[in-house]
Amino acid sequence: MSEMTYRDAINQALKEEMRRDKTVVTYGEDVALYEGAFKVTRGLLSEFGELRVRDCPISENTIVGVAVGAAMAGVRPVAELMTVNFALLAMDQIVNHMAKVRYMFGGQTTVPMVIRMPGGGGSQLGAQHSQSLESYFMHCPGMLVAYPATPADAKGLLKSSIRDDNPVIFLEHELLYNSKGEVPEDPEFLVPFGQAAVMTEGDQVTLVGYGRMAILALQAAQQLEKEGVSCEVIDLRTLAPLDMDTVLASVKKTGRAMVIEECWKSAGLGGDIASRIYEGCFDTLLAPVRRVSGLDVPMPYSRKIEKLCIPQVDGIVQGVRDLLNEPY
Amino acid sequence: MADTLRELLSEEELIGFYEQMVLCREFEESCAEQYSKGHITGFLHLYSGQEAVAVGCTAGLQQKDYILSAYRDHAQAIVRGADPKKVMAELFGKATGLCKGKGGSMHLFAPQLNFMGGYAIVGGQFPIAVGLAWGGQLLEEDRVTACFFGDGSMNQGTFHESLNWARLWDLPVLFICENNFYGIGTEVHRASAQAALHRRTCGYDIPSEKVDGMDVIAMYQATKRAAEWVRERQRPYFIEAVTYRFRGHSMSDPAKYRSSSETDVWKSRDPIINLSRRLLEEGIATQERLDEITKRCLARVEESVRFAEESPWPEDAEVWEDIYV
Repeated sequence: MSEMTYRDAINQALKEEMRRDKTVVTYGEDVALYEGAFKVTRGLLSEFGELRVRDCPISENTIVGVAVGAAMAGVRPVAELMTVNFALLAMDQIVNHMAKVRYMFGGQTTVPMVIRMPGGGGSQLGAQHSQSLESYFMHCPGMLVAYPATPADAKGLLKSSIRDDNPVIFLEHELLYNSKGEVPEDPEFLVPFGQAAVMTEGDQVTLVGYGRMAILALQAAQQLEKEGVSCEVIDLRTLAPLDMDTVLASVKKTGRAMVIEECWKSAGLGGDIASRIYEGCFDTLLAPVRRVSGLDVPMPYSRKIEKLCIPQVDGIVQGVRDLLNEPY
Repeated sequence: MADTLRELLSEEELIGFYEQMVLCREFEESCAEQYSKGHITGFLHLYSGQEAVAVGCTAGLQQKDYILSAYRDHAQAIVRGADPKKVMAELFGKATGLCKGKGGSMHLFAPQLNFMGGYAIVGGQFPIAVGLAWGGQLLEEDRVTACFFGDGSMNQGTFHESLNWARLWDLPVLFICENNFYGIGTEVHRASAQAALHRRTCGYDIPSEKVDGMDVIAMYQATKRAAEWVRERQRPYFIEAVTYRFRGHSMSDPAKYRSSSETDVWKSRDPIINLSRRLLEEGIATQERLDEITKRCLARVEESVRFAEESPWPEDAEVWEDIYV
């Protein structure tokens, strides 16, 4: 184990997989010479050369489509979209092509590719650069979706993503890049898809999060512990496949659940998870499932009001208190 | 044309072109019949009239070269070598179809033949073609990627993004525009500010030429020359094949936006009749031999219909297969 940032963990995963497998290539806008808008690809060009680490034009739809074609040809591309917001320009290639070609061609091809996308709000980047679009990707079958919360999971999940023969949407939170944690050094360290992590055990309330929301949930749980409230925090780690078994087992134990989602509440993933909790735990629920969500507004710039739009630790803490006081 | 056919190609090749074009035409006409009977459903876009493009271009490529197409893809797949029985079964939605009945008319795919698919979002195949070309280049496979598309798709963003990218990275892509003059019902000059489509590639420093898409020999020669240029230089090239679809955009289109006199002019340039006339004039084939070929093609098409009819439907459980590896 060694301590490193979420950014460096992703960087290390890329380097290890590119050393292990010569068919792994990476490209994107300002990925090579500039070493990434968030410096995630630092040192890649100098180590692997310009055939395997390439800058490309600002053409998001084609960035994704090129990966689809290259993957069908037999290489393993890891494409970077500078931010998740720009994925909206590429939704045709993501949804109509990447997620469909295997199925509509009767299973005759595989699309082993990864699209890395930094995203999330909280950096005062305004309405067009602060979105959390994870529910969009979860909605569409045919692709895997990972959203790591910790440096270790960022590394292990990215390595699994690169080795997987399915297309993967790999979401990274911009505010987590500098967060630090212990990361295994074993080059075979992998985090499997579809396995949520129990970040801390508890018996009164289950908090379900992912990405930065899992970190906030954990901080809320630590605060609530001082009040004598015992929370179990679950980090989903991958949104597709979704590990509902771990969530349901926890809610059966605690009887109460809260889903924390950074995306907008309307048609957000929290509603889907809540409905699955109702279906699976109706008899054991002690209170309605709660959701702490991003507000249904375009993100404002001003920091005073931006924070109103994104789930905060205080809101989670208060929500848990309310949940426990809920009359049954 | 000064050259005689014999100077250009062997008798076997010429007869082969003729047979492939007739097979495609008979296949498509049979599809129309099966559609009217309700055996083929969904969208059905027929290739009748454009045969010289698929046949000439495919002959000008090597088997290892990738081919991608839009949704008007039956002929492209069959000429590449796909079994008409499997193609017809796919259109019937049967388990024995080329894609197990999951793709249908617009999504044929045969990777063992390097036929890398029919794509039904207009312009969706451009980036994928660029990616295939890049992948092949990285793996040092010496392939050309031939990307077929219609005139309408040249107004999609992916066209511009992909041509720019292919030239920027110097990738072996042969772009082949099948200009049949209509994007559904919108004539090319009503959709493209520059209606001379091949001239639109100058902004991407990609050389281009216009070829008679009703002449299979011209298509063959142009493609062969272009494909070797692309292979040698590892750079993209662009062919505009000027052609015409004899039927509407799809089976639901009566094509009222064009006059019958216009259609008649183009039908007088039918690529199959064209070639047969030259074969007869130059004594390469007799009428009897050509009739035999037509009969043989008809028999193959009838066999493919029979195969499709007798084939089983997909199992219900198939719905959940092939989403993930």
